[in-house]
Amino acid sequence: MKQFIAFVNKEFRHILRDNRTLLIIFGIPVVQILLFGFAINMEVQDIRVAIYDPTPDALTTGITERIRQSAYFNYQGNMQSMVDVEVAMRKGKLDLAVVFPQNFRESLVHSGKTAIQLLSDSSDPNRGSISTTYATAVIARFQQEQADLIQIPFQIQTENRMIYNPLMKSSYMFVPGIMGLVMMIICTIMTSVSIVREKERGTMEVLLASPLRLGTMIFAKTIPYMVISFIDFIIILLLSYFVLGVPVNGSLLLLFLVAILYIMLSLSYGLTVSTMVEKQLNAVIFSAITAMIPVLMLSGMIFPIDNMPHLLQALSVIVPARWFIDVVRKVMIQGLGITMVWKEILMLIGMTLFLLGVTIAKTKKRLE
Amino acid sequence: MSEKVIAVSNLTKKFGNFTAVDHITFDVEEGEIFGFLGANGAGKTTAMQMLCGISMPTAGSGTVAGYDIIKENERIKRNIGYMSQKFSLYEDLKVWENIRLFGGIYGLSDKEIAKKTDALLERLNFREERNTMVKYLPLGWKQKLAFSVAIFHEPKIVFLDEPTGGVDPAMRRQFWEMIYEAADQGITVFVTTHYMDEAEYCNRVSIMVDGRIDALDTPAELRHRFNTDSMDEVFRQLARKAKRGDA
Amino acid sequence: MIEVKDLHKRYAKGKVNALNGLTFSVEEGEVFGVIGPDGAGKSSLFRILASLLLPDSGTAVMNGHDVVKDYRRVRQIIGYMPGRFSLYQDLSVEENLAFFATLFNTTIEENYHLIKDIYQQIEPFKKRRAGALSGGMKQKLALSCALIHKPEILILDEPTTGVDPVSRKEFWDMLGRLKEQGITILVSTAYMDEASRCDRIALIREGVFIASDTPQGIIDHYAERLWSVEGSRMSALLKALRNHTAVKTSFAFGDKIHITVTEGLQTGELKQYLAEKEFGEVHIAPIKPTVEDCFMALTSE
Repeated sequence: MKQFIAFVNKEFRHILRDNRTLLIIFGIPVVQILLFGFAINMEVQDIRVAIYDPTPDALTTGITERIRQSAYFNYQGNMQSMVDVEVAMRKGKLDLAVVFPQNFRESLVHSGKTAIQLLSDSSDPNRGSISTTYATAVIARFQQEQADLIQIPFQIQTENRMIYNPLMKSSYMFVPGIMGLVMMIICTIMTSVSIVREKERGTMEVLLASPLRLGTMIFAKTIPYMVISFIDFIIILLLSYFVLGVPVNGSLLLLFLVAILYIMLSLSYGLTVSTMVEKQLNAVIFSAITAMIPVLMLSGMIFPIDNMPHLLQALSVIVPARWFIDVVRKVMIQGLGITMVWKEILMLIGMTLFLLGVTIAKTKKRLE
Repeated sequence: MSEKVIAVSNLTKKFGNFTAVDHITFDVEEGEIFGFLGANGAGKTTAMQMLCGISMPTAGSGTVAGYDIIKENERIKRNIGYMSQKFSLYEDLKVWENIRLFGGIYGLSDKEIAKKTDALLERLNFREERNTMVKYLPLGWKQKLAFSVAIFHEPKIVFLDEPTGGVDPAMRRQFWEMIYEAADQGITVFVTTHYMDEAEYCNRVSIMVDGRIDALDTPAELRHRFNTDSMDEVFRQLARKAKRGDA
Repeated sequence: MIEVKDLHKRYAKGKVNALNGLTFSVEEGEVFGVIGPDGAGKSSLFRILASLLLPDSGTAVMNGHDVVKDYRRVRQIIGYMPGRFSLYQDLSVEENLAFFATLFNTTIEENYHLIKDIYQQIEPFKKRRAGALSGGMKQKLALSCALIHKPEILILDEPTTGVDPVSRKEFWDMLGRLKEQGITILVSTAYMDEASRCDRIALIREGVFIASDTPQGIIDHYAERLWSVEGSRMSALLKALRNHTAVKTSFAFGDKIHITVTEGLQTGELKQYLAEKEFGEVHIAPIKPTVEDCFMALTSE
């Protein structure tokens, strides 16, 4: 036990005395959050919108007012005719046009339904589709409020995923991804480098030739990074809650437990990597390529999995971060409980055990 | 009178408050084998770096191979050879590839390189190892090859930084015989070593203590002056006074 | 204390023959030196004895414990110093020592008397990072760390390579004192003068011991006629001597040349031969061999 504690102390000393490592460990989460939270903005703003309302009434003016007030829209005014709308769009002066039909309110009250036409400039498809989505959201919210006021025998609730993120704030999407990325980086790269450094520096020889049990050494090496990753997790959580305004809707305890599970998984992967490489440089490169890149590309962090070709979707199954991000999104942003995420948790546990098994099998108690 | 290949005066190097090299003055003749001795931390490496044009002196002046240490240090680099224990050749390149690489670095033409490579391999009895990767060569062979590569471009002076570490006595002698041959051809050899018997192989020897040169003479004279018959003892007497390093 | 029988070790799928049937033993409290060039098999041997490598065949027993089957026990009773790289550069002297003590389930205080002589020399620097120490001090620290648990056997792989003569001498003085404490020491070195400070030495070449005896014993076995030649123009003198038919070998030894000659050659003859080659001032005399002469003779066969 004393051996173990002495070893853990030693590992902490190595970390604290290496400025570069400290920078990486605590700098990365902060930078990532700020980067994804503020700089990389997938949101669309300053949408130039014009309204064509041939027969204004209480409802159309209500909707128009909402659009004018919205921070995302840049109200250009009411058009006088469809021709004006088309000319303005062609000239590139409009991004979006909201076109009301004749006698909007009457149609709605009498026949129970009506339609609003949204014309969006989709030369940038992303911007175009998001503009219509925003407009739809505004209208839907208006409709919801109206429905509350009017007595209708039955109400239809449309559950839409976007309720959790009606304005499509990209930070909601990224924060779980950043957690997955940062913890994977720290645990995998740092742990594997720490072990391989002993090999490279030659101290591994001396350790092996001592009564130190390998299990003790490996376990002791993971402890500091476990602690640091968890601290990083909390930093990310705090930053996203207070700075980016991302909610924590679900059980904090469940979140913590899953984070710990994911940390253990990433550490196990780091250990696995360390059994396969001899030089620190190789440990970094190998970890970066097999850990970071799949997380960035395939975990659903940035690019939705459903949009990917089938082959990549299949590949994403073995990316641990994918499952972790799933759980975090469900628990943190949707507020779901453990019953909804047990499948993902099982996957994470399974992967951890597998990697630990590989590590144990490949760890050598001698030099060759 | 032969030209001085190295001539330095009051050469000094300071790192902040620490004076690594403290006003050393000496010169080395053409074709001389000059031994540069001193304990670890005495300032040998720092001094050598200045002579090789890699490091800028804090004070003092000098010339190496005729070029000014301060103003013409780039030209010095082109006119010297260098070999150290820590690095000499690329392990994952073959023998001939290493030769070609360094030949090219020092500006030899392809034809010259080809011709001299053959001659070198012949002289070292290395012809069969032409295509061997350096990492598979035993240490002694590596060192002999490294030395040959260091003088491949026939520089005026070659700097050797503890070239024979870790090698058995037989190999060390073979190495020194190569040094003798080089000196016979007019190449000046500036060598540092911890083997005191190798100090004897030098024409003159200087011993650095705490950044200064505390003795400079032929081995025979030094032994005579310190009243002993071994360079080991000379070294010990001088090093004992040191305040730095291991003492 | 150490029993080695017929040890074999190959590398690179059989292409490199590191150990070729090595057999020897070391007594308790002995200082046993292994001398040989790099690549001769020294490190492989030491690593096998430290239970870090598996031999292809043969056995090695350290104080009754087999290095293969009983490696855990072996690792408790040995102190291993693998050359220059065995310290944590960013930990201080103190921290390194404390760490290694704990590693071996002991404390610095428990065996301080053992390392006192050595440690006192670096104690003033105890808070300095190990990476900032000079070569000689690093070796002293590494030795302290290898000793802190009072091992029965010390395995030192070229502990003095790259260290200046003063520190080397001090290091060997320390080894002498450790021997008095009853510790068995197995050490490899490339320095011949250190060889003569061992109780017994073995010269290793290409995976076998070509000689194994006390230093005096090896000298006694020397069968050549050995002369020393003193003169000037060493390089040319060497060549001239080699060209003489009766001179078998000639090697530089400091400021003299040691030559072995065939039976029948007289010093006067040689002197005249050299005079004809314009080597006027030469002094030739028969000398007694040192360990180094024996080594040269054995390796030039």
